[in-house]
Amino acid sequence: MTTTSPAIEVSGLTRSYGDHTVLDGVDLTVPEGTVYALLGPNGAGKTTIVNILSTLLAPGDGEIRVAGFDVRREPAEVRAAIGVTGQFSAIDELLTGAENLRLMADLAHLDRARATAAVTLMLARFDLARAADRRAQTYSGGEKRRLDLAMTLIARPRLIFLDEPTAGLDPRSRRDLWAIVRELVSDGVTVLLTTQYLEEADQLADRVGVLDGGRLVAEGTAAQLKRRVPGGHVSVQFIDAAGLAATAAAHPEATVDAEALTLQVPSDGSIAGLRRVLDGLDDDGVAALTVSSADLDDVFLALTGRTAEAPAAEGIPA
Amino acid sequence: MSTAAYTVRDSATMLRRNLLHIRRYPSLSIMLVAQPILFLVLFVYVFGGTLGAGLPGLPGEAGGSDRGDYLVFLTPGILFMTVASVALGTAISTATDMTTGIIARFRTMDIARVSVLTGHVLGAVIRTGFAVTIVTGFAFLLGFRSDAGPLRWLGAIGLLVLIAFSLTWLTVGLGLAADSVETASNTPLFLVILPILSSGFVPTDAMPAGLRQFAQHQPVTPMIDSLRALVTGAPTGSDLWLAIGWCALIALLGYLWSRRLFLRVPAT
Repeated sequence: MTTTSPAIEVSGLTRSYGDHTVLDGVDLTVPEGTVYALLGPNGAGKTTIVNILSTLLAPGDGEIRVAGFDVRREPAEVRAAIGVTGQFSAIDELLTGAENLRLMADLAHLDRARATAAVTLMLARFDLARAADRRAQTYSGGEKRRLDLAMTLIARPRLIFLDEPTAGLDPRSRRDLWAIVRELVSDGVTVLLTTQYLEEADQLADRVGVLDGGRLVAEGTAAQLKRRVPGGHVSVQFIDAAGLAATAAAHPEATVDAEALTLQVPSDGSIAGLRRVLDGLDDDGVAALTVSSADLDDVFLALTGRTAEAPAAEGIPA
Repeated sequence: MSTAAYTVRDSATMLRRNLLHIRRYPSLSIMLVAQPILFLVLFVYVFGGTLGAGLPGLPGEAGGSDRGDYLVFLTPGILFMTVASVALGTAISTATDMTTGIIARFRTMDIARVSVLTGHVLGAVIRTGFAVTIVTGFAFLLGFRSDAGPLRWLGAIGLLVLIAFSLTWLTVGLGLAADSVETASNTPLFLVILPILSSGFVPTDAMPAGLRQFAQHQPVTPMIDSLRALVTGAPTGSDLWLAIGWCALIALLGYLWSRRLFLRVPAT
């Protein structure tokens, strides 16, 4: 246990719009220097949590402390400690990249020399040096997102909120952004991010909270969550239907895909379990074999009864 | 932390942002200047002959007025219209700005929040300065002449700045209160109508009773009368104090209203 107070402490956060309850008693603790991922589909309440924690939205009920300050009584202190990159681009499209960064440096009250140095540093670090003097409205999606994040980070906040930071990005930009987040974490920055992408939470977060209908339905490390769900399996592809039928008979719990000649046998990931499957196989009858552990998709399905609504067009290859 | 010093610094930063916006989006400025110039040309050349003949004679001159006299009579009203036109543009640009994501970012930052609005207002006053200069130059091109000395011109400039400042705080509020950019471009239209229902285009004495009373007592009339007195060299009388009073009142109410609209933490 550390002696410092957590970066974020939320207990019993409830928020409703009229009769519609958006958040229903959320408890959340994020220790300093860690990454917490709020995972959930659209409408689960992820953005509402970020907006309340970043003082954009009045909280309903509950105790909320951010960077040690009460969001209701000490909003200015909270704002001084945080950086926010929201779901929608928060850049000034009429200004150039360099002017946007300069704007943030000036608002952070850096003196002239330090502001100039910080702008140059950020442009280089976020690979925007060549785009520095172009208007932001001409930027690509990835460039806009990098500029957005650079603007958040130029004042060196110790706690940052990233609301769906990679939504709409191509796979390469997504990986670039993950690298930036990892770099931040190695500098000791605390990150709260929201995502619909299960892989993203798995890749980045120390702890994952699964949000559904305004409630945290599960919380833990990605590994802990996966252990709670029987989603792992061994997948065997046969060269003919006869081999498939023979093995399927020995594993009544398995799922048969006759068209693909594939048998999916549930597995807890242990060697003994894998051996049981292998023992029944004929060496020459198998075309391919893969072992998969449960992913967070399985977790989501098991916890909420639904699959996560990851946009198909933007799906990431596993 | 010295709050006042940070407020000044943040306001200067926001002003720089707004000046860049004005420079990057010149078509709005051109449109805002074109409108009063159009009115000037239209009224002087289409109606000016007839309207000039109906003028009771300008102060300090003998009767028998013509198109040229009407130009002198009309120019202060057109200058007011220029200020109103730019203020209308500010309602649009404020409302547009509020739809952009960077405003949400400003709200999550530890800055003097009202500086976002101050930047808009100061930027608009500077834009008004350019617009008024162009329109005045155009009036001189059409034959406007003034006997007023530099001190009176300085007074006229000061009054125009004050009018711009007060109308802009009002239109910033209208821009913030609007639920869309379209609404923001419509609600301030009364600023273009009011000078027509004032002493700007014809003397209020020429109006029928009910309208005349409205025209004589609405705030735009003392503003235009003072401008006219200053640039023609006539005595300003109590109109100037009345104009300054109205400006101060509108600026104060506009500022308080805008501030409240911008600082509220949204409940939804």
